[in-house]
Amino acid sequence: MTDYLVPALMTGILLYGLARGVDLYDAMVCGIRGGLSTCAQIFPAILVMLTAVTMLRASGAVDLLAHFLAPLSEPLGIPGPCLPLALLRPFSGSGALSVGSAVIAEAGPDSTAGRVAAVMLGSSETSFYTIAVYSAFLGLKNTRYALPAALCADLAAFLMSGLAVRLLMG
Amino acid sequence: MMSRVLVFLLAAALVFGAVTGRMGQVSQATISGAREAVRLLLSIGGSLCLWSGLMEVMDRSGLSRTVARLLRPLIRFLFREDANDAEARAALSQNMSANLLGLGSAATPAGLRAAARLHTLARQQGRGDDSVFLLIVLNTASLQLLPTTVAAVRASYGARAPYDILPAVWLASAVSVAVGVLAARLMKRWCR
Repeated sequence: MTDYLVPALMTGILLYGLARGVDLYDAMVCGIRGGLSTCAQIFPAILVMLTAVTMLRASGAVDLLAHFLAPLSEPLGIPGPCLPLALLRPFSGSGALSVGSAVIAEAGPDSTAGRVAAVMLGSSETSFYTIAVYSAFLGLKNTRYALPAALCADLAAFLMSGLAVRLLMG
Repeated sequence: MMSRVLVFLLAAALVFGAVTGRMGQVSQATISGAREAVRLLLSIGGSLCLWSGLMEVMDRSGLSRTVARLLRPLIRFLFREDANDAEARAALSQNMSANLLGLGSAATPAGLRAAARLHTLARQQGRGDDSVFLLIVLNTASLQLLPTTVAAVRASYGARAPYDILPAVWLASAVSVAVGVLAARLMKRWCR
């Protein structure tokens, strides 16, 4: 089912554009140029975070942490290697992407741990960063319950990631 | 903020590397980590650019506006009387549709516009910033229909069907957004 979704969506978007008389080629090229500048914007953060995270993994600290937290998380359906990802996620998007892709590489993209890591990445956001951006923009001094509510949502996303993979992907 | 996270990660790597005697690997990781970063960017870059292109087509054909219009009932449900304000509604629906399509870079400018408008409305009516907090929580919870970046990472490591995680992502996202909204509603009362 999901195999059909993306190609169908893509074709649909293009056909609709064609029907509305959009210069498809020009629009694609222009949008892709925007995508390139997004890549350029995120690359420095990815490089810094991935280097730091790779060093941390090489030191054995991440494995140790996962080992100690595994008895807590595994009954909840969250594989040990995914825990460092959950801990880093609210602070750093590129850090979480780095840890997540390392988990996917090591455990394999079709393993349970690899799938849970992918679902975690797809279903949560960098809460601290998002709150910082919005409150700085508005000049809010007190975000009151925004942070605890956002962290509740993150926690729900992580717990549900394990459950959803078990329920929907066997 | 990020500087502290970074220093913490590096200090932890140094201490643990020394304790476990794996400083050689830690040293090597400075090179392999940087290489992995390039690899990661290459594996997500193509897909990110492709969807930016498709998003541009959606913008020009008016499909984005249609998606935004479909979100109106949801915005009315979440933001009540603020949804009557045309400016707030337009920015909110743009923010939400960009989030749904997984385009964070397009979602933030619209989100900030919506936040500014909600803040002004709250000021004018002498209310607290609860609608702004709700918007922030919605943006931290990220309801994503098409997690293209993650799918690209999975594909680069040879996933059989990179998008087969979609139903699981939808379920986890939907529950997380619902929990976030509910938590915001409950905490609003406690915080008085």
